[in-house]
Amino acid sequence: MNPISPRVLLIRGMLAGLLAGVAAFLVAYVLGESKVDAAIAIEEAGAAAAHEHAEEGPVSRALQATAGLGTGTLLYGVALGGIAALVFCYALGRLGRFGPRATAALVSGGLFLTVNLVPFLKYPANPPAVGDPDTVVRRTTLFVLMIALSLLLAAGALILGRRLAPSLGNWNASVVASLGFVVTVGIAYALLPGINEVPADFPAALIWQFRLASLGIQVALWTTFGLAFGFLAERAIAPAAAPQEAVQPTS
Amino acid sequence: MAHSAVPSSAPVAVTPLSLKELAPWALFVGVLMLVLLYLVGAEQGATAVFQGDTIHEWMHDGRHLLGFPCH
Repeated sequence: MNPISPRVLLIRGMLAGLLAGVAAFLVAYVLGESKVDAAIAIEEAGAAAAHEHAEEGPVSRALQATAGLGTGTLLYGVALGGIAALVFCYALGRLGRFGPRATAALVSGGLFLTVNLVPFLKYPANPPAVGDPDTVVRRTTLFVLMIALSLLLAAGALILGRRLAPSLGNWNASVVASLGFVVTVGIAYALLPGINEVPADFPAALIWQFRLASLGIQVALWTTFGLAFGFLAERAIAPAAAPQEAVQPTS
Repeated sequence: MAHSAVPSSAPVAVTPLSLKELAPWALFVGVLMLVLLYLVGAEQGATAVFQGDTIHEWMHDGRHLLGFPCH
C-alpha cells in the first residue's frame, strides 16, 4: 500500500499554484499593465478619430488592472497548480530515479513548454485593439486546439522515448523523442491556419513588449510553481519514505 | 547492508501511485480546474453560460496578458 495520498499532493499543488498566481500577478502588474494601457490608448484614439463615442464598460480600468487582473491570475495559478499536481501524482516514481523536487521541476517545465510556449509560438498573446471581435470563436477554438495538439504530441514523444530507452539508452532516446516532438509540432504549425489581425499602423515595438511581458508572466508562474510545489511535495512525501530507509540497516 | 531491494542511487524510494487510486481524483479535480480555466479564459468571450459581459470585463486584463483570445 502506498502511504502518499493524492489528496495531500493536490491541496499542496493548489497552494503552490496560488503562490505562482501571486508571482504572475506581480509580473503582470509591473510589466504588463503599462502595455495594456498603451494599447487601449491607441484603441480609443482610433475610436475618437472615427467619431465613435468610447463607451464605458461595466468594470472600470482601475478595477480591471488590479482586482480583475488579480482574480484572473490567481485563479489561473490555482487551476494550473491543481492540474500540474495531478500530472505530478502520475509522474512520481514513473520518470526514472527522480525524487519529488526533480519530478516537480520536470513536470513544471514540461507543462510550461506544452501548455504555454508551444501554443504561444503559433498563436501569441495579443493586446487590446488587436483582433477582430467577429473572429473570437475561431481564434479561441484554434488556440485550444493547439494546446490539445501540443499535449498529445508531448505524450506521444514521452511514450516513444520510453520505448526507445532500452535499446538506445536514456540520453539518446530522449534526444530522438525530443526531435520527434519538434518535427511534429513544426508540421502542426505549418498545417494550422495562421492568425494575424494586427492593424497595419499598430506599433510593432508595443506588440513585441506586450508578448514578451506575457511570456514573462508564464515563466514566473511556472518557475514559482515548480520550486514551491517541489518543496511542499517533498515534505509531504519524506515521512512516507523515511520508514523504508530506517528499515534498511536492520536487514 | 550494501544490497537492498531499493536501488541505491535513488534519493528517496517512491512507489508510484496506482491509476486506480488516482482516477477519481483526476476526474474530480481535473474537471473542476478546467471549469476554472474556462471561467478565467473564455466565458463571455467565444461562448457564454452567463448573460452580460461582467465576467469578461472583470477578467479582461488577465485574459490578454495570459494569452487567451479576448475579443
